[in-house]
Amino acid sequence: MLSLSRIRAVFLKELVQMRRDRPTFAIMIMVPIMQLTLFGFAIDTDPRHLPTAVELRDDGPLTRSLLASMRQSDYFEIVAQVATDEEGEALLRSGEVSYLVVIPENFERDFVRGERPQILIAADATDPVAAAGPIAAANEIARRAFAPELDRLPARLRGGAAPIDVVIHRQYNPAGETSMNIVPGLLGIILTMTLIMITSIALTREVERGTIETLLSTPVRAGEIMIGKTTPYILVGVIQTLIVLLAARIVFHIPFIGDPAPFLLALLLFIFTNLMLGYLISTIARTQMQAMQMTFFIFLPSILLSGFMFPFAAMPVWAQAIGEALPITHFLRVVREVMLKGAGFAEIRNDIWPIALILTVLALAALARFRQTLD
Amino acid sequence: MKNGGVIDVKGLTKRFGAKTVVDHFDLAVPRGAIYGFLGPNGSGKTTTIRMVCGLLKPDEGAGQVLGFDVLKESASIKERVGYMTQRFSLYEDLSIRENLEFIARLYSLDHVRDRVDASLKSLGLADRAWQLAGTLSGGWKQRLALAACMIHGPELLLLDEPTAGVDPKARRDFWDAIRDYAAEGVTTLVSTHYMDEAVQCDRIAFIAFGKKLIDSKTADIPGAIGLSAWRIEADDLDQATKILKAAGGYDVLARFGAAIHLAGRDDNALAGAVRSIGGLAGLEAEPIEAGLEEAFIYLMAGAADNYANGIERRVG
Ligand SMILES: Nc1ncnc2c1ncn2[C@@H]1O[C@H](COP(=O)(O)OP(=O)(O)OP(=O)(O)O)[C@@H](O)[C@H]1O
Ligand SMILES: [Mg+2]
Repeated sequence: MLSLSRIRAVFLKELVQMRRDRPTFAIMIMVPIMQLTLFGFAIDTDPRHLPTAVELRDDGPLTRSLLASMRQSDYFEIVAQVATDEEGEALLRSGEVSYLVVIPENFERDFVRGERPQILIAADATDPVAAAGPIAAANEIARRAFAPELDRLPARLRGGAAPIDVVIHRQYNPAGETSMNIVPGLLGIILTMTLIMITSIALTREVERGTIETLLSTPVRAGEIMIGKTTPYILVGVIQTLIVLLAARIVFHIPFIGDPAPFLLALLLFIFTNLMLGYLISTIARTQMQAMQMTFFIFLPSILLSGFMFPFAAMPVWAQAIGEALPITHFLRVVREVMLKGAGFAEIRNDIWPIALILTVLALAALARFRQTLD
Repeated sequence: MKNGGVIDVKGLTKRFGAKTVVDHFDLAVPRGAIYGFLGPNGSGKTTTIRMVCGLLKPDEGAGQVLGFDVLKESASIKERVGYMTQRFSLYEDLSIRENLEFIARLYSLDHVRDRVDASLKSLGLADRAWQLAGTLSGGWKQRLALAACMIHGPELLLLDEPTAGVDPKARRDFWDAIRDYAAEGVTTLVSTHYMDEAVQCDRIAFIAFGKKLIDSKTADIPGAIGLSAWRIEADDLDQATKILKAAGGYDVLARFGAAIHLAGRDDNALAGAVRSIGGLAGLEAEPIEAGLEEAFIYLMAGAADNYANGIERRVG
C-alpha cells in the first residue's frame, strides 16, 4: 500500500528544492510571459485596410451608405467590384482580396419591408488572426451605416432584432479559427513544454547527484516517489495558467465565456499528464541532457500535430492519429470549447477521457520502468 | 531469528557484464557484532553491502537478513536497516534539519520534529540545523549521514567507509558511539581502509577481487595469515631501511617509533633479510609475535602483489 506520510515526505522535499532552485522557478514563470510577448508581436491582432471585393446585385441609397461606411472603417479597403460569384471566388482564392462582400438582390426593398435581408461576407480565413477583427467589426459597421436610414422606418421595425443579417463564410478554414484560438493554444504549448521538462529530470537528477542511493535504501515505494515528485509542480502549472489567462483577458481582450469548473478539471488533468510524461522520461533518461532531448522529441509533434499550428481536420490521417494520442490535442479542444464557446462537462466529455486514459497509461509505464534497485 | 544471525547469506554473487565483482560470498554476522570489511579499492565491499540491503539484486545466492529473505523481502529489510553510503548522498540543497526530517518521514516515524531535535543534539549539529548540507565540510557531512541512517533506530547498521575524511577525535567519538549501539544489540557491518578502525571490530572479513579470503576473529588474523615478525632497532634506522629494501625477502616493513617491524610469511627469507643488516651500529634484532598491525599492513599492501592465490591456499 502507498503510504500517505511518505508521499508527503517526498512532496515537501520537492517543494523545498523547487523553492531553492530559483533559476528554474524563474524560467517557469518567464516562459509564459515571453511566449505571450513574442506571439503578441507576431500576431497582428488588429489588421487594417484589408483588400476587399464587392459584388452588388442591388443598388440604392442603402447600399451606397454601406459601402461608404466600410471605406471609413479602416478595416476594409474596396479594391474591386465583381459581377459574378465566380469572379469573386477567384479573387479570394488567388489571395488578391481577403474579403468578398455580396449585397443580394432586392436588398433595398427587403430592408425597407423589415425582412432582415442578408449580407454575405466571404472571408479568407487561412490566417484566422487576420480574419477575426474585421469579421467582428462587420456587424458594427452595418449597424452604423443603416442608423440614419433606420430612423426613417416605421417604429415597429426600429427596436428588437438588427435590421440586416450579416452572414459570414469563413473559407479555407471552416472550423472558424480566430485569433482567440492562438492564446488558448499557447496555454497548451506552454504547459506542455515547461512541465514535461521540469519532471523529466526528477529522477535523473537524483541519479546524477547520487542521492538515489539514499532514497532507495529507505522504505519508500515507486508509486510514492512518483506521486510525491510530480504533484508539487501542479502548482507551477496553475500559476502559468493564471498568467496566460490574465494576459488573454487584459492584453488580448479574449473573454472567458464558459464555466470554470470543466475547464479546471481539464486543466488539472492535462497538467498532471504532462508531469507524468516528464516523469516517465526521467525513468528512461540516464542523464539530464538525454532528458532534455527526449522532452524536445515530444515537444515537436505537440506543436505540429495538435491542431495548434495547422487545422486538425486538414491533416493527413496518420498525423491525426498521432495527434489524438497527444494530450495537448484534447486539451486544446477543451479550452477552445469552454473558453470561447461556453461548453460544459457534457460537451467536453469526449476529450476528457482520452486525457485521463493517457495519464493512466503513462503512470503505469513509469511504474513499470522505475528501478527499485541500482542495477 | 534463525541461528541468531543478523546476516546469514550464502553464495552471494554479483556480475556486471562479464566481470564477477562479488564471487560466492558467504557472510554470517551475529547479533550485536561489529563486523569489519577490509579490502583494497574495487574489491567488492560496497557491492556486497548494497546486496545485503536490497539495493542491488544478487545474481546468485540466498539467505536472510534480520530474518527476512534477502531476495524477496527487501522492503522489510529496508525498514530495519540503516545504510550509510560511501559517497555523501543526502540532499546538498536541503538544510541539515530538512534532510533529517525527510528521512525520518520516509520511515513513517512519529514525532519527527522531536526525533530530529534529539538526533541533531546528540551529534552536535544543533546550532547548524539550518545550514545547507552542501556547504558542510567533509567531516560534518559524514556526521550528518550517520545521523540520517540512525534516525529510525535500525537493528542493523551498514556503514560504507563512514569515517573517510573525518578528523581523529570525531573518529574516536564515532567508534565510541558504534560500540554503545553494539552494547544495545545493534549490529554493525562496516567497511574501512583504516587499521586503527579495523582493530576495533569483533570480526573481520578480508576481501579481494570479490572473494572473501579471510573471515575470522580480529585477534586471530595474524595467525590466519601465518606471519612471522622481527623487531629491529639500530642507531641509523634510515640506513637499515635502505639496506633491507635492497635485500628484500620480507612482506611488511613498518616503522613503529624507534623500531622497525619486519614481517613475512617465509621464515627463511625473513631471516635472510635480517642478516643483510648484520654489521650496523647499535643493531638489536629479535623475533616477535606478529601483531594485528603487521597483519593489516600485509593485507592492505598485498593488494598490489599476487597475494590472492597464496592466502587462499593457506586459509581457504
Ligand atoms: N554499477 C556498476 N557497473 C559496473 N561495474 C561496477 C558497478 N559498481 C561497481 N562496479 C565494479 O565493481 C567492482 C567492485 O566495486 P565496489 O564499489 O564494490 O568496490 P569497493 O570494495 O567498495 O571499493 P572501494 O574501496 O574503492 O570503495 C569495481 O571494479 C567496480 O568498478
Ligand atoms: Mg566502496
